[in-house]
Amino acid sequence: MRIVADLGTCEGLGMCEAMAPDFFEVGEDGVVEVLDAEPGEEHRTDLTAAVDACPVLALALQG
Amino acid sequence: MSVERLVVVGASLAGLRAVEAARRAGYDGELVLVGDEVHAPYDRPPLSKAFLDPDGERGAGRVMELRTAEALRDELRVDLRLGTRATGLDTAAREVLLGDERVPYDALVIATGSVPRWLPGTDPGGPDGPLEGVTQLRTVDDARRVRDALEAGQRIVVVGAGFIGSEVASAARKRGLPVTVVEALDVPLTRSVGAEVGVACVGLHRAAGTDLRLGVGVAGLDEETPDGRRRVRAVRLTDGTTLPADLVVLGIGVRPATDWLEGSGVALHDGDRGVLVDATMATNVPGVWAAGDVAHVENPLFDGEQHRLEHWTNAADHGAAAARHALDPAAAEPVVTVPYFWSDWYGHRLQFVGTPRAEEARVVVDDLATGGGLVVLYRREDRVVGAFVVDLPRVVMKLRRRVLDRGPWEEAVAFATDAGTPASR
Repeated sequence: MRIVADLGTCEGLGMCEAMAPDFFEVGEDGVVEVLDAEPGEEHRTDLTAAVDACPVLALALQG
Repeated sequence: MSVERLVVVGASLAGLRAVEAARRAGYDGELVLVGDEVHAPYDRPPLSKAFLDPDGERGAGRVMELRTAEALRDELRVDLRLGTRATGLDTAAREVLLGDERVPYDALVIATGSVPRWLPGTDPGGPDGPLEGVTQLRTVDDARRVRDALEAGQRIVVVGAGFIGSEVASAARKRGLPVTVVEALDVPLTRSVGAEVGVACVGLHRAAGTDLRLGVGVAGLDEETPDGRRRVRAVRLTDGTTLPADLVVLGIGVRPATDWLEGSGVALHDGDRGVLVDATMATNVPGVWAAGDVAHVENPLFDGEQHRLEHWTNAADHGAAAARHALDPAAAEPVVTVPYFWSDWYGHRLQFVGTPRAEEARVVVDDLATGGGLVVLYRREDRVVGAFVVDLPRVVMKLRRRVLDRGPWEEAVAFATDAGTPASR
């Protein structure tokens, strides 16, 4: 499983960080930083919640 | 009773998330989604922000569809009824009324959202018909009207210095256009964020060159009828001023879209007629649930007090929860929400998490004047219950976490003070 973040779309609203703070953090520049782009399968529920919570649809999970 | 037919009324974010969650939960029965707009579900927040930007900028004039009608029909197997307004609800027969048609349900999710308020004499559905040049900003059609006026460099008067009105003013200033905002309160936004933040927001308007008129109401609108159609010409204020206007944008609040529920037996709020639900999104009527702007929801995080929130994240979360609970009421659990909204003004990012209903609101970082940020924290007893942040995107979700965890006040103040000061960045 791979986290794909479209940084051109990201507005740094931070809902991904709210849902899965171990994997996402909004930086000083107001854009998300993916802390671990290839997480284990056991995190799928949290990561799916993070993807769904993005108000600008900037996130996807591959695989 | 097992659900064989789930009907969702309202095809914006909450309704969309309801049908998505139903299929994700493995629901295989009939799924009906009714929406009064002709458009498939689209994202509303950008309509008063990036959508209004000049051509060439990111998001300018672009509508983001959340899902296409084809995807709803083919992938989620939704019986999609767009351009269709629910006109009534028969809870005894378990039927939604769409004009003459009766749509039966086993479970129902109400997600009809809210409708903006009109000034007297401006409601297109009123006895005098539409008054051209007066608009709301709720739908994509409204947003196009506002954007066209900005493109044409028209004279714009905004009524209401809330978030929508302020975003429109911001869009006008971004193009170098003059704009006047008329606000009845002496300090705007006191209900949604408190007076401390309202004062800071006034500063943002003034610094950007917006003509903000506080503590003054609209006495009436002057109109002309050049070709037999009513068209606005100016806004008359209660202090005697007249403001010439080509476009008047109303941002004077919304009311829940529940006319169709009157008399149905679904309990509505005494004041604004929103749908009353418990912390699981259940109404007082078995099989009927509600989510999004339309619902007053009990929030366990804030001592069970009820909130009716007009927020993106609230609509998304609660829409999904309402559908899951509607399909499996026995498994319904209270939903804990940290309210969250954001707004973009004059190049500043404003964010709010939690509740402003507090015993104290304390400004802990106040560097806007020097190009830094602003943090205001809200306290109940010895816990932090809310945070308002300008231009410090890095700290917002860390403060949200503290609100969710009912974190101690002094620690939150120390964290925000440290994280928000330039030396630590």
